[in-house]
Amino acid sequence: MSEHHLHSSEHHEEEGPHSSFSGYMIGFMASVILTAIPFWLVMADVLSSRNATVIVILGFALVQILVHMIFFLHMNFHSEGGWNMLSLIFTVVLLFITLAGSLWVMYHMNVNMMPGMMTGSS
Amino acid sequence: MSHSAVIPAAGESGKFEFLERGEHHVANGTLLGFWLYLMSDCLVFAALFATYGVLSQNFAGGPTGADLFDLPLVAINTSFLLFSSITYGFAMLQMQQNKLNGTIIWLAITGVFGAAFLGLELYEFYHLLHQGAGPQRSAFLSSFFTLVGTHGLHVSFGIIWLVTLLVQLKKHGLTTANRRRLFCLSMFWHFLDVVWIGVFTIVYLMGSMS
Repeated sequence: MSEHHLHSSEHHEEEGPHSSFSGYMIGFMASVILTAIPFWLVMADVLSSRNATVIVILGFALVQILVHMIFFLHMNFHSEGGWNMLSLIFTVVLLFITLAGSLWVMYHMNVNMMPGMMTGSS
Repeated sequence: MSHSAVIPAAGESGKFEFLERGEHHVANGTLLGFWLYLMSDCLVFAALFATYGVLSQNFAGGPTGADLFDLPLVAINTSFLLFSSITYGFAMLQMQQNKLNGTIIWLAITGVFGAAFLGLELYEFYHLLHQGAGPQRSAFLSSFFTLVGTHGLHVSFGIIWLVTLLVQLKKHGLTTANRRRLFCLSMFWHFLDVVWIGVFTIVYLMGSMS
């Protein structure tokens, strides 16, 4: 803390996260791999089961989002006194409620209310 | 959170003073405020993804994702956005080393990748409209155009912001304000890449399988 006060003129320039070349490169290489595999799985039709493919590519997307969060957006538990992470967790909870809730409710509405109109997704 | 614990301590005059330990207090709330904006933007996309998820099978007898989507094109588009993320990272590294020219060059390259992404997306939209697969064709296509179009609009605004920032950098150099703007645009840009991960996985890859 004392360093901050000694170099008060440079203080504002330290604002924001400090990033490194290796951090960006790790993130980039991981992203390339995590993007290429799902595209390959779908384009070459590797897995015979559609559901298995869906689960695997959603898993890859989730991991890649984490990679971007850590290596590109520099998320951690102590930036901005933890408020960055807290607001992110709050948003993820709302995200989950919105997505899972909408899909679940509307799927059951379709199945139960309009049995004759289900053409594609049954 | 625990890093910013505040400890009451007895001061010289007998009154209580507060010593802050660990993480320094936030000098400027802009970065946190901008992060909160991004989180609210995230909720906009959550609503659009939910809408797409609900309507993605409602083809109204029209073309499906498997009929329409050109995966090699999407792969190229994805790589453009990914490259733009790493080049923005290089711009930030140049900024850390106080290299104005390097920052400007990498920022300009980022803008070119962003523009290429946008160009390919507009080409795809034009192609779809030309085939009669516009947003009015089916609920699936309405939600597709809304979701992907909103992302594209964000990229457009990001490019406008980027060009503005280039002018600012040329004019004023790496001032405190410009560094803060670079940090904010960095978050915005990487955030758009995160949203695109969801788009290419859920819309394009999953859509092409059905």
